[in-house]
Amino acid sequence: MNRLTTLLTGALVAAGLAAPALAQDPVKVGFVFVGPVGDGGWTYEHNQGRLAVEQHFGDQVETVFQESVPEGADAERVLTQMALSGADLIFTTSFGYMDPTINVAAKFPNVKFEHATGYKTADNVSTYSARFYEGRAIQGHIAGKMTESNIIGYIGSFPIPEVIRGINAAFIHARKANPEVEFKIVWANTWYDPAREADAATALIEQGADVILQHTDSTAPLSAAEKAGGVIGFGQASDMAQYKPSPRVSSIIDNWAPYYIDRVQAVMDGTWESQQVWHGIDEGMVEIGEITDAVPEDVANEARALMDSIASGTYHPFTGPLTKQDGSAWLAEGEVADDGTLAGMNFYVEGLTGAIPN
Amino acid sequence: MIRLEKRPTPSQAWTVLTPPVAVLATMVAGGLMFAALGKDPFEAIRTIFYDPLFNDQFAAYSRPQLLVKAGPLILIAIGLSLGFRAGVWNIGAEGQYIVGALCGAGVGLAMYPSGSVLVFPAMVMAGALGGWAWAMIPAILKTRFNTNEILVSLLLVYVAEQLLASAALGLLRNPEGGGFPGSRNFQQWPAAANPELITGTGMHWGVVAAFVAVIGAYALLSRHLLGFQIRLTGAAPRAARFAGVNPTRLVVICLGLSGLLAGMAGLFEVTGPAGQISIDFGSGYGFTAIIVAFLGRLHPVGILLAGLLMALTYIGGELAQFMLGVPAAAIQAFQGMLLFFLLAVDVLSNYRLRFGTREVA
Repeated sequence: MNRLTTLLTGALVAAGLAAPALAQDPVKVGFVFVGPVGDGGWTYEHNQGRLAVEQHFGDQVETVFQESVPEGADAERVLTQMALSGADLIFTTSFGYMDPTINVAAKFPNVKFEHATGYKTADNVSTYSARFYEGRAIQGHIAGKMTESNIIGYIGSFPIPEVIRGINAAFIHARKANPEVEFKIVWANTWYDPAREADAATALIEQGADVILQHTDSTAPLSAAEKAGGVIGFGQASDMAQYKPSPRVSSIIDNWAPYYIDRVQAVMDGTWESQQVWHGIDEGMVEIGEITDAVPEDVANEARALMDSIASGTYHPFTGPLTKQDGSAWLAEGEVADDGTLAGMNFYVEGLTGAIPN
Repeated sequence: MIRLEKRPTPSQAWTVLTPPVAVLATMVAGGLMFAALGKDPFEAIRTIFYDPLFNDQFAAYSRPQLLVKAGPLILIAIGLSLGFRAGVWNIGAEGQYIVGALCGAGVGLAMYPSGSVLVFPAMVMAGALGGWAWAMIPAILKTRFNTNEILVSLLLVYVAEQLLASAALGLLRNPEGGGFPGSRNFQQWPAAANPELITGTGMHWGVVAAFVAVIGAYALLSRHLLGFQIRLTGAAPRAARFAGVNPTRLVVICLGLSGLLAGMAGLFEVTGPAGQISIDFGSGYGFTAIIVAFLGRLHPVGILLAGLLMALTYIGGELAQFMLGVPAAAIQAFQGMLLFFLLAVDVLSNYRLRFGTREVA
């Protein structure tokens, strides 16, 4: 229908008869979410980006979304139906939508697709992701300074490069701040499951962890930390401000809004092109939430300085000398990791204990 | 005063009538829920039940998708229904589905990149065997140690999910996938793929297998001694024992058959619509199939219809989500209502409503 109106509008413009109202056919933007929009984390922030698009463009856009879409066969159907219903641009916001996105994009060459955190592109498929490891470095620093038991708990979701990169970045900077620090890592094997995340956090706290880092999307670990008392944590993907000033002492916020507005604008202007984007603190895609008073002033200042040096590009969180867990050399003194290695990271750095499950 | 009075035999009329009544009641209660959420209830119900079948814009796509979605549900539910009829409660079809997919995919990937026509049949066999073997664990524990098959089969689902995550990250991971989890995509390997057999119909081998299973189960239950034994054990376990039915054998057969079919469903799914082993491959078909089995009155033809209806609520539910902005949780509640009303109305086939006060005898 949309396609047809566009065609008709074009014909009318050509004939010099177009009514202004017709020319402003809204751009239809679809979003596919892996969790519920109320998860308070990953999907919540993507939905905030969607709402920002609506607010920015008003009547010029129409957005639709579908939440809690399983990664697999169902995703392909959801995407196809969205494309058939006239979407011009579709954001698929989880890694597992990669192959479905590529498959459906091949069937709808006129629809633009944007896939978050993947690595496959096509003429009408872009990828975008954020350099969350930059925020992890700052969390690691705060965690290293704040821990008294010297045990930091880390709730991993799945052992994919994205998550391993975060563990490494946090660990490197925790060790720099405090050479005595040990990491205990629990794999929850889920992105969003409040019950399982709470169990993982409780288990880590029982093993002596007094700082919990999480790479899962719910607020359950913070809630568990609050219950235990004397334990701090960080907001993940979203600010999770309701746990301020403690246990939530800071956070990594994914800010997708500027990118989403940018890409919708590109579709309107007809300048959309396939690209691979990996933005960090500098571009504003990764934000560091307020560091609360629970953190001593000097530690907070160090953390802010670290943030500024990463944002300005004078410091890269993966700067040598760095050694892999197995003892082999990775980066020489002053050498900086290249994006290719970071994107496919499947090893721990020296000092982390335990093996990456497989 | 309303009383329930047990019928001497279940009412034939109500047995047939309960599913449509339950669907109607779900529409009414669901409509109220949608209205409470601020959505037009009539539009929501129409989007769920009518649009996937007849909407100009996408019905051509979503109609065949009904078969794709219903295929595994029907295949698994048929297997489950045999056990349920005999009082053997296999709640772990989801686990058997996953293990079947893993075994089949594993056997296939071991032969990569062979172009032999035997690859796919070998995978189907391996998938069926995998599901069967996974179901044999509760079967053997029950028959030898008298453990509860409900608990064992259910808990094995979680074990299977861990195996799945492990396989997606390690053993079956695509060596050309850049370190990311997930196996090779079978859709891109013709010898192992389970494609649409006739373009635009959604018909793949899994759907064919589901139809064959429906016919097979029908024949088994109405024409075969084993089917008679299953029905007899479910209706009167003591009488069945006197009639010479071996309960151990029946438990093993029922769990084995349901595991076998669930494993096959998993294999057809991984080689077809899903395409690859991934961490989230198990999407709850094994649990939804339990609803389908009961919605279909544990009868093969009923299950066929119930599977299609369930698929309709899934696909229509998706449409309602992004067309009308209905939350995903409301769609799940809507599906839950269906089972609830079915069980509630079910009372009427076994009991009669009596109005008025009890007469003094």
